[in-house]
Amino acid sequence: MGNSRGPKNPTKLVFSSLHKYASPRHFYHLSLSISPWLAWLASAMFGLGIVGGLVIAPSDYQQGDSFRIIYVHVPSAWMSLFIYVTMAAAAATALVWKIKLAEIAMRASAMLGASFTFLALVTGSIWGKPTWGTYWAWDARLTSELVLLFLYIGFIALQTAYSDRRVAARAGAVLILIGTVNIPIIHYSVEWWSSLHQGPTISKLDTPSIHIDMLIPLLVMASAFMTYYLAVMLTRMRCEILAYERNTNWVREFITARAHHS
Amino acid sequence: MTRYVSTIRLVITRDVLRAARSQTEALHPLIFFALCVLLFPFAIGSDEGLLERIAPGILWVSALLSATLSLEQLFRSDYQDGSFELFVLSKASTLAISLGKSLTHWFISGLPILLMSIPLCLVLELNWATTQVFLASLFAGTLTMSFIGAAVSALTVGLRGGGLLLAMLILPLYIPVLIFGSAAASNAAQGLPAAAELYFLTGLLILAVTLAPWATAAALKIRLS
Repeated sequence: MGNSRGPKNPTKLVFSSLHKYASPRHFYHLSLSISPWLAWLASAMFGLGIVGGLVIAPSDYQQGDSFRIIYVHVPSAWMSLFIYVTMAAAAATALVWKIKLAEIAMRASAMLGASFTFLALVTGSIWGKPTWGTYWAWDARLTSELVLLFLYIGFIALQTAYSDRRVAARAGAVLILIGTVNIPIIHYSVEWWSSLHQGPTISKLDTPSIHIDMLIPLLVMASAFMTYYLAVMLTRMRCEILAYERNTNWVREFITARAHHS
Repeated sequence: MTRYVSTIRLVITRDVLRAARSQTEALHPLIFFALCVLLFPFAIGSDEGLLERIAPGILWVSALLSATLSLEQLFRSDYQDGSFELFVLSKASTLAISLGKSLTHWFISGLPILLMSIPLCLVLELNWATTQVFLASLFAGTLTMSFIGAAVSALTVGLRGGGLLLAMLILPLYIPVLIFGSAAASNAAQGLPAAAELYFLTGLLILAVTLAPWATAAALKIRLS
């Protein structure tokens, strides 16, 4: 059976093209042409979403205008989880197939994930003051978001502790996978813990429906956040690629060509 | 199968013997545990009612911190004297070695903490029923923590700022154990049933025993590359 792996073997064909597109050099140029478009798209959607959320959407009958922070708070909370899941997928890919690009994507996402988590926490507590009357409540969602922030910080600290990028990436991948198994456990145990200690806090998103005029700007803002994440992640990945591949010929040629240009 | 078991046994006897011979060092986690418990009455006053109410929490946090502090030493001497390389290069399964190392940590830090907490429960005036539930929760909890902790310990051994880094990485992962462990003990203290929490802890233990050794084995190989 071992001899059947000819060049026409479809599995091999898929993997060879995957390897071509997953080569850092190819990806660098691809990302260089994509990320400006993504950046423009993100700015346009930010503009639309902010106007839609701050001006067009009606004010809430109970919370007045203070609810409008939802247009920053909820997308960043979504992104904080989404980025962790992305990092987990990249971590598994990096460990199993040893694809350099997956390591780079994982490392480039960590700081963004931590920032979105921080933003979600800060906007949440600013919102909490007028609606709950306090900046911080030991609510299940708040607490597990805080734990998520610590998981991100731990990953970043581990990355800086290693001197070799590739070893750091693989160590980080193991840590992320341990964290991924733990996140649902942490989430449900914290929920269970806080329901023991206090009655269920009224969570605004659990109200059955949100008016369509309020929902549309929210979705626009969520897409803006997602596009922003992609644009910045691609840019950060390019920096990482240059650092990873700094001893290769193509990087040297690319840099000298750029230097001649300017 | 027998090869696995004999590897595990070898690792455990080697490390436990070494810990036993270095007499004082083996006592450090214990003394830290007792000191940590002692600090709370100084900070919050010796108000009987208050102390009795938060005693399970005090004991759990102190046990958790003590288990975390001793984690740093689990692989340190192996890393310094070169046995770490042999773990990976030898024919023995790294999975078995990881399992053995995790159990070693429990024998060196978990078991002594468990024994030490009996007099501390008396000092904090927990009744016998609460003490029983607390010991059961501590048994499952310390084993779980040893298994998760071994993986992170292998990842961070020999790094700059190892101890603090290790604590930063590991403490968020210990939160579920802490929640269920102290909930079990404080339920028992109020005369409520604590079976659900103990079941949860056992579930966490089974999950950690089945999954964490794979992570530890992967970490051993990564740390050597």
